[in-house]
Amino acid sequence: MNRFQSWGRFPNADHEVRALRWLDTAVPEAGGKKILPYGLGRSYGDSCLNDGGTLIETSGMNRFILFDEASGILRCEAGVSLDEVLKLIVPKGWFLPTTPGTKFITVGGAIANDIHGKNHHVAGTFGCHVIAFELLRSDGDRLICTPDSNTELFKATIGGLGLTGLITWAEFTLKKVNNAWIEMESIKFEGIEEFLELSEDSDDDWEYTVSWIDCVAQGKGMGRGIFMRGNHSPASVLSRKVHEDPNVTAPFDCPNLMLNSLSIKAFNAVYYGKQRTKKSRTRVHYDPFFYPLDAVNDWNRIYGKRGFFQYQFVIPFKGGLETMNEILRMITASKQGSFLAVIKTFGSKSSPGMMSFPRPGITLALDFPNRGDSTLQLFKELDAVVDAAGGLLYPAKDARMSSEFFQKGYPQWDDFSKFVDPNFSSSFWRRVTKQL
Amino acid sequence: MKTILLIGATSAIAEELAKCYAAQGHRLVLWGRNKAHLESMGKNLEVLGAGGIDITEIDLDNCEQHAVALKNTVSEVGTLDLAIIAHGVLPDQSVVQNDFQQIHASIHTNFLTYASLLTVLADYFESIRSGTIVSITSVAADRGRKSNYVYGSAKAGASAFTDGLRGRLAPSGVHVVNIKPGMVDTPMTQHLKKGLLFASPKTVADGILKAVSKKKATAYVPGYWRLIMFIIRSIPESIFKKTNF
Repeated sequence: MNRFQSWGRFPNADHEVRALRWLDTAVPEAGGKKILPYGLGRSYGDSCLNDGGTLIETSGMNRFILFDEASGILRCEAGVSLDEVLKLIVPKGWFLPTTPGTKFITVGGAIANDIHGKNHHVAGTFGCHVIAFELLRSDGDRLICTPDSNTELFKATIGGLGLTGLITWAEFTLKKVNNAWIEMESIKFEGIEEFLELSEDSDDDWEYTVSWIDCVAQGKGMGRGIFMRGNHSPASVLSRKVHEDPNVTAPFDCPNLMLNSLSIKAFNAVYYGKQRTKKSRTRVHYDPFFYPLDAVNDWNRIYGKRGFFQYQFVIPFKGGLETMNEILRMITASKQGSFLAVIKTFGSKSSPGMMSFPRPGITLALDFPNRGDSTLQLFKELDAVVDAAGGLLYPAKDARMSSEFFQKGYPQWDDFSKFVDPNFSSSFWRRVTKQL
Repeated sequence: MKTILLIGATSAIAEELAKCYAAQGHRLVLWGRNKAHLESMGKNLEVLGAGGIDITEIDLDNCEQHAVALKNTVSEVGTLDLAIIAHGVLPDQSVVQNDFQQIHASIHTNFLTYASLLTVLADYFESIRSGTIVSITSVAADRGRKSNYVYGSAKAGASAFTDGLRGRLAPSGVHVVNIKPGMVDTPMTQHLKKGLLFASPKTVADGILKAVSKKKATAYVPGYWRLIMFIIRSIPESIFKKTNF
């Protein structure tokens, strides 16, 4: 198996790989080839690929530098994973300022993709919590970037998809917690309208909100789902136990026929039916709350050798209900959607990141097994609706959007390209900056 | 809290070991060639909980420095409980096999420096009548193979030296562990194509930790290499010489 794929395992790419272990190492000479940092390869599409070029593997550059336990400030090398961060900080009563749905990403990757999580409506993106980082450019310059020095590069690098140079270390703030547990409520909802009401009602009092939504049920069941909201438990008597390493691994590439519309429909029906009551309350450990899929190593292999896509967009609140319903109709009619459909509202806290994806509105993310042309055709149709609603797609999830759509969604791309290191590039970047 | 000396501390296996020991609160003494790297590593170990860090910049190929360096370390940190020798180079067999100078360099680093370090460590631990020495050799020591005999012969020397020393030190209550890692995914093997048998430095470090705490004499890490090497050693030479191992 090629270790240097993206998480969606599509498209394929050929690379030369150089592993970095030490902060003082220079950016490798690539002999005219373009280079791109590669962390843990959890980007879904081709933003972490660099076909025909060189990847700098950063996961061996994974040392902590300083942890101020009193103020909750952590400085570490960019290849440190959130998994490693949590193991260090949770026993000391700290937590990540925000986290995506997997802990197996690097800190460098969190900045480069300006990742968001279930607390976006209160905490913003990861970039909102970054104090400083060092950027190593291919000409050998090492620039300390903060909101006040090298400000432009600071902004361009947050959400800059690894293109502005190599982040060697970063410093960011943590969140104080009393223990490792989350007080959580799950509430069934019947459609998008109810989801939006629940979101609005929960935004002030609940730090974390996210919903699973059934992207298979048609007709009356369309848009049904489960709204989950949580807060760090205030109890001081609960443990600060850290998570355990996953002990289940997807054993092989599942045959394509295992994931057919029937099995997906069954999964969705069971998932929705699992919760009997309208509302339930539980206390859960942070690991299953934030990272349910991390329990299975290499879960992406269940989609088989052809891989899969994730489609994630955000659309503004205004007109969002109608647009979301239309999109759900299209997805359910296509019978292509998969298990993992997640819907959430973003808040208004803006990121310093120049190319950052999140903005106020509704975001939907779901997986599609790669069925070739029919899947790509569906995406084109979805793009048109998202575009008409004033929405855009998340580069970290994308393997196929047109350069036209990208440039419309991110009109600042031209400004941003001035900050791209002349020796850095990615498959994604070459694809979306093609001349129209 | 124990005081643990790591020789060749910036090797990937040694660094993983150091992280485990740091998390247990032990004090770590790091010997290596590159001061900046040792310092990066030391900061990390401090954050992880090490009871103290002591750094010595040393070119291990220079055997004359070994005794002095150990003396300095002991006067700096006091009694050592455990010493782990982890440095090494993996020469490209096809490149070095016709060049005695390079063969000499490989044998020097992979065997002679071990002989020198084991000797000064043996004298030290014998004098305090306690402690453990861990010598990281290799499965390559178990049989000369055409694809890797330059490295393998040096490791065979280090391995035999380690095993012999165990007997000498037993009456003093000093234990000697011979660790034989299989193929490990480290910077040393970066140029090799990775197959199923490659283990991560973390897996190997866990295996070493276990071998040390259980006072094993020889440990293959991961454990399945014991079987693999048993099979490889059992193949008659008349057949073996025609294979590509």
